[in-house]
Amino acid sequence: MYIPHTEADREAMLHTIGAEHLEDLFQDVPAAYRFPKLDLPPAITEMEVMMEMQRLANANESVSDLICFLGAGAYNHYIPAAVDAVLRRGEFLTAYTPYQPEISQGTLQAIFEYQSLIAGLTGMEVSNASHYDGATAVTEAVTMAYAHFRGKRTKMVLSPALHPHYRETAETYNHGTDVSIVKPDVDLKAGPDALLPWIDATTALVVVQYPDFFGRIYNYTSLAEAVHAAGALLAIAVNPLALGLLTPPGEFGADIVVGEGQPLGISLSFGGPYLGIFATRKDYVRKMAGRLVGETVDTRGQRAYVLTLTAREQHIRREKATSNICTNQGLMALASAVYMSLLGKNGLRQVAELCYHKAHYAANQIAALPGYSLWTETPFFHEFVIRCPIPVADINEHLLEHGILGGYDLGKDNPELENCMMIAVTEINSKEEIDLLVETLSEVYHD
Amino acid sequence: MTESLLCELSVPGRKGVLFPKSDVPKASLPANLTRQRLPLPEVSEVDVVRYFTRLSQLNYCIDKGMYPLGSCTMKYNPKINEETARLSGFANIHPLQPVETIQGCMVLMYELQEMLKEIGGFAGVTLQPAAGAQGELTGVLIIRAYHQSRNDLKRTKILIPDSAHGTNPATSAMSGLEVVQLPSDANGNVDLNELRTHCDDTLAGLMLTNPNTLGLFEENVLEVIRMVHEAGGLVYGDGANMNALLGIVRPGDLGIDVLHYNLHKTFSTPHGGGGPGSGPVGVAAMLVDFMPGPVVDIIEEGDDEIPPLFGFVMPEKSIGRVKSFWGHFGMMVRAYTYIRVHGPEGLRSVSEHAVLNANYLMAQMKKIYHLPYDRTCMHEFVVEGRWDDAPDIHALDIAKRMMDYNLHPPTNYFPLIVHEALMVEPTETESKQTLDAFIEVMEKIADEAHNNPEILKTAPHTTPVGRLDEVKAAKELVLCCGLEFPPRERLLPDKCST
Repeated sequence: MYIPHTEADREAMLHTIGAEHLEDLFQDVPAAYRFPKLDLPPAITEMEVMMEMQRLANANESVSDLICFLGAGAYNHYIPAAVDAVLRRGEFLTAYTPYQPEISQGTLQAIFEYQSLIAGLTGMEVSNASHYDGATAVTEAVTMAYAHFRGKRTKMVLSPALHPHYRETAETYNHGTDVSIVKPDVDLKAGPDALLPWIDATTALVVVQYPDFFGRIYNYTSLAEAVHAAGALLAIAVNPLALGLLTPPGEFGADIVVGEGQPLGISLSFGGPYLGIFATRKDYVRKMAGRLVGETVDTRGQRAYVLTLTAREQHIRREKATSNICTNQGLMALASAVYMSLLGKNGLRQVAELCYHKAHYAANQIAALPGYSLWTETPFFHEFVIRCPIPVADINEHLLEHGILGGYDLGKDNPELENCMMIAVTEINSKEEIDLLVETLSEVYHD
Repeated sequence: MTESLLCELSVPGRKGVLFPKSDVPKASLPANLTRQRLPLPEVSEVDVVRYFTRLSQLNYCIDKGMYPLGSCTMKYNPKINEETARLSGFANIHPLQPVETIQGCMVLMYELQEMLKEIGGFAGVTLQPAAGAQGELTGVLIIRAYHQSRNDLKRTKILIPDSAHGTNPATSAMSGLEVVQLPSDANGNVDLNELRTHCDDTLAGLMLTNPNTLGLFEENVLEVIRMVHEAGGLVYGDGANMNALLGIVRPGDLGIDVLHYNLHKTFSTPHGGGGPGSGPVGVAAMLVDFMPGPVVDIIEEGDDEIPPLFGFVMPEKSIGRVKSFWGHFGMMVRAYTYIRVHGPEGLRSVSEHAVLNANYLMAQMKKIYHLPYDRTCMHEFVVEGRWDDAPDIHALDIAKRMMDYNLHPPTNYFPLIVHEALMVEPTETESKQTLDAFIEVMEKIADEAHNNPEILKTAPHTTPVGRLDEVKAAKELVLCCGLEFPPRERLLPDKCST
């Protein structure tokens, strides 16, 4: 097992320490509470734990068992085998944060690659080494904007078409502070122009999503101009995989690009660990939270990499740090770097296009069914909303009986979207699967 | 060593992975939203695998050797954890699936909540926080919400000992509380007299790391907690050092009101070169309703024939969610696996041997390195990396020289209250032979420091790179490769994205 000590080792070691029993080392612990009997299940062997875990895993129905059309912030994509082969290398998996660069060049150069790939993908100048997920990356954008304006602008306008978890997280972080998280009360069908009346001289940050929570894609150039005219910053939360096809937000004039990196080669894993992307312009780099790797040289004149601008971070600045973040998503950043390298320029474009075409095929087929219509009226990427003739929960139950994991029930969060289902289609979904979805949807409604 | 970057390896037309052609009719692409350039590399799978494998070989890691980083609990990461987390029934589950299709995940989360409650002596546990620092923030927000719910609005002051991790003050500042630093006394404990002066009706709480970052169990812990409670404050426990306490004492029994666990320290989930972590939070009974959520609970009782139905429930007065979805489930699978193979006796044995190893090293180290607080330690201890008779040598030089002996250095320059600190945490997974070899190296280095200091000042000598020019890195700020494809001369740093 994992504790290598023999009885002889223990005796020798205690002798060196000058103690008689292991228990003697715990004299400082209040006697009344020392050595509690823990009511936990008894130990089992590795073989038995594998069996127990297989039993638990088998009690789930995975997206390998079901045909998945569920998205809403986490997407089922194919992950090339080489991604996990790299992740499983003990040299990456079991290394600590690269605070000692002389023996951590592997991790450091890999993060540098990640920063480069994200910068290129988003069209921004600087990427940090990751946050926890899309939601916390949004929250860090809020914190950065607040710091940027030194607390003089406190209004953060978060689009109603932003993932609800992202907004809820930002609200939790800022509750009780002088930051106000504003959710404009506008028609969900309205485009970004509807946000303009909410942007004024007190606005620090505007956050929109791309594609937005409902899958729609807008050109945010004029929004960026309006935000900048008001003196505020614009953050765009992205699905990075969509950027294989779509205009990068840097070209719109975004000041901050955040996003959920899960689609870039990270398994669904019931919601985590995922990857929080954070990129910005060079002017703002000192206000940015999170670790950052920079290029330099060593004493032997070789090109090498090191954590840099650490004076922003908690282990140096303590209460004056830009954020409390310490542990990040290093291994997930590596996964996405390997994924982006493998797919490269052509592969990422191809996967994004496959998602786009298949989603549009599915949308057209469903829209033609009696009783169903497309709620989404503007361009979308790989996710769209349909209005259904009966409650979404009933439809999903029927779909599940046919081995299909149906779309997200939007009526749960928004009364005005009752009977609306959001469907995600990726490169994994074949035409046969889409046709089966369409056929099964047609079965639940007879007018 | 200089490993070429991907942008330098890229060759136009090369592919790393193929996807099938579209089996549906093509839709027209959105004209004003289709990008013209995609600056990503063009490399083959062989290129990618070799590149990242070569990079990996430049790293030190637990799988290679001992990693005595104080406060980081770099224990061996069991291989079975990696297998269980990758079972398709865990790795391929969408977070928003109907609860009927994910009862295996729900049972695992529920059981892990129960186990962590039992291990720490708490009434409730939330698994949502992503890492230790987020667990801390969660805890502090819970404390603030508790006071506010009682309309006790004056409580804005949080006490943090000077030996605390940097995340403690950073977290408190984020939550809008006023940070007051508490000094340590001569024995490394919280200074009770100083504490007393702050125990008034503005006190929100105390963030206590116990054992503290000197590796010492707070001798007056019951008194400290009693004083804070009597003043109406709550006590937050920084669980970074839980590896000393499994089956030894339950923080909840001592009166600690909130504590975060680090699954990536105590419960063996891998650090991954910086993350992901997982920072579940345990709370006392009066705080259960304030936990972030949702948390897993039984939503339909079972009977003899039908098992109960588990689902997500939002605590009544929850501070809200702190991240997307439910937490780092993949880390929960690993931690659950770890707890199951240990059982209650095994967990106690983990902490006993972590403390045994630390005291064994300390007993030998203190013969050659100055030990500022000479008491029985818990799972870690701090010595000074300096000698009066070797005035040029600093902790940094010792740390760098250790690399030449194939060791990862201890945490250095932390805690801040010890000069030239070297903070050593061996963990329970290191054998006596490994520890003896470590001591031997530390003796050699002490000898070199006195007789051949230059070899320390210029160390490391055998690593892939030598000491780095950190000033250049911060001044010139080259933060990405320039990404020009096909590879040409690399662009200036400010042209990264163009």
